[in-house]
Amino acid sequence: MSAKLELVCPAGGLPALKTAVDHGADCVYAGFRDETNARNFNGLNFDDKALAEGVKYAHDRSARVLIALNTFPQASNWSRWTAAVDRAAGHGVDAVILADMGLMDYAANKHPNLRLHLSVQGSATNYEAINFYRERFGIQRAVLPRVLSLAQVEQVIQNTPVEIEIFGFGGLCVMVEGRCALSAYATGTSPNCQGACSPGKSVRWEQTPQGMETRLNGILIDKFADGERAGYPTLCKGRFEVDDETYYAIEEPTSLNTIEMLPELMRIGVRAIKIEGRQRSPAYVAQVTQVWREAIDSCQRDAAHFAPKAGWMAELNKVSEGQSHTLGAYYRPWK
Amino acid sequence: MTTFTIPDFTLPQVLKRLGPRLPQLPPTLVLVGALNAAMSKRLGNLLPRDLLEPMIGKRVTIRVLDAGMTLRFAYGERGFRPSFETTPADLTMSARSRDFLALLLREEDPDTLFFSRRLLMEGDTDLGLLVKNTLDGIDLPRLDPAQLVARLSPAELLNRFVARLAQRAVPHH
Ligand code: SF4
Repeated sequence: MSAKLELVCPAGGLPALKTAVDHGADCVYAGFRDETNARNFNGLNFDDKALAEGVKYAHDRSARVLIALNTFPQASNWSRWTAAVDRAAGHGVDAVILADMGLMDYAANKHPNLRLHLSVQGSATNYEAINFYRERFGIQRAVLPRVLSLAQVEQVIQNTPVEIEIFGFGGLCVMVEGRCALSAYATGTSPNCQGACSPGKSVRWEQTPQGMETRLNGILIDKFADGERAGYPTLCKGRFEVDDETYYAIEEPTSLNTIEMLPELMRIGVRAIKIEGRQRSPAYVAQVTQVWREAIDSCQRDAAHFAPKAGWMAELNKVSEGQSHTLGAYYRPWK
Repeated sequence: MTTFTIPDFTLPQVLKRLGPRLPQLPPTLVLVGALNAAMSKRLGNLLPRDLLEPMIGKRVTIRVLDAGMTLRFAYGERGFRPSFETTPADLTMSARSRDFLALLLREEDPDTLFFSRRLLMEGDTDLGLLVKNTLDGIDLPRLDPAQLVARLSPAELLNRFVARLAQRAVPHH
């Protein structure tokens, strides 16, 4: 078995960061309070004071802090992103997670000692692309989009010296990582440039006699009967009328959970498992980090006899979006 | 790490019927007092004023479903105060007392409660996110919890609110 598998946990704020570290995260990823990251929601994320304290807290406990600068700058606001890279470097973070090639070039030149991770938003799905990023900008890790099967992940790992991180748990952003236009179409705000899919200003929930309605910019995208589990108000997980049938025409609200694949993931040499959810509260971070820490430790001790505990799955299902969990593309027979 | 978890409970039905007939002002005053105290210097500006700026002029309603309670308050330049308007607030949050308590103690994540339909957020979602994220961002462990509890006790808060009212009632010349 190769190097240790790292657990990478989300932090939308300082309490979540501390919680993640306390519960056994190896790395915590976070963002600044603006559109330079893909969780640009009101009140979320770090200012300089909180980040300074967070970095110190993590480093004192041998955990690392990664800063996500994973959205795409435009010509008019380029300097906001480069300033964010400088800020992250100034705080002594352990790596920045970048998607934009121009920004990567900037970071590589300006801060040669700053470790670079290629974001999932960069959408590099093959080793040629990843190796190019390495040759050109010296990236040390790539986060793979959630579209590859396990065999494809293995093939990538075998053909690149770059560490590979994959998503292990959490909400699924199902399509074209970093390139989805659904939110922009309905609300004018895109996750890729403004850092928010389905921004709060466009979302309305209302309890009606027929159930709870979800509207995105006035458009009805779902209706939940009483007691029916709900999902995030994103277009991709809405129910639409297609050929006289109303159903989840794009994707069902469901969460990724790959815990049962841990022995396989370790065997093929995955370096890090990412937990989704910077928009979630410290309670979620605590629950999910604790379960995954236990699972990874248990698998590292004895992969051959590893079996997910029922309690882990119950805990994870409880915090999940939608009705079920899925192995996503990893266990897909077709390619 | 906490080992204690709040058990799943619903208040007896009778409260739900009785609740709306009870005066809603005292519990609202306690809540408003707690929020204002959290913004005070004495509590280390736990609730950061600058982050709450977008909330100025907004009204929030909290419906504690199993207690039949509806707490209405507003936020302005001077802080939080009870609201007596009955038209729909900018933001309405509804849940059972057990779930509000779990949220307050950071035992449950609001999204988790939302997915399982135990928390309903109506009105201005952005305002809801701001409230949620601001509360989540408060770094509690820095405070001595015992001190916090003493300072936030309902009796202490009511006292302070009454004192403030009395202060304001004094005519200024
Ligand atoms: S609409 Fe769905 S697939 Fe598109 S960015 Fe939002 S969450 Fe992702």
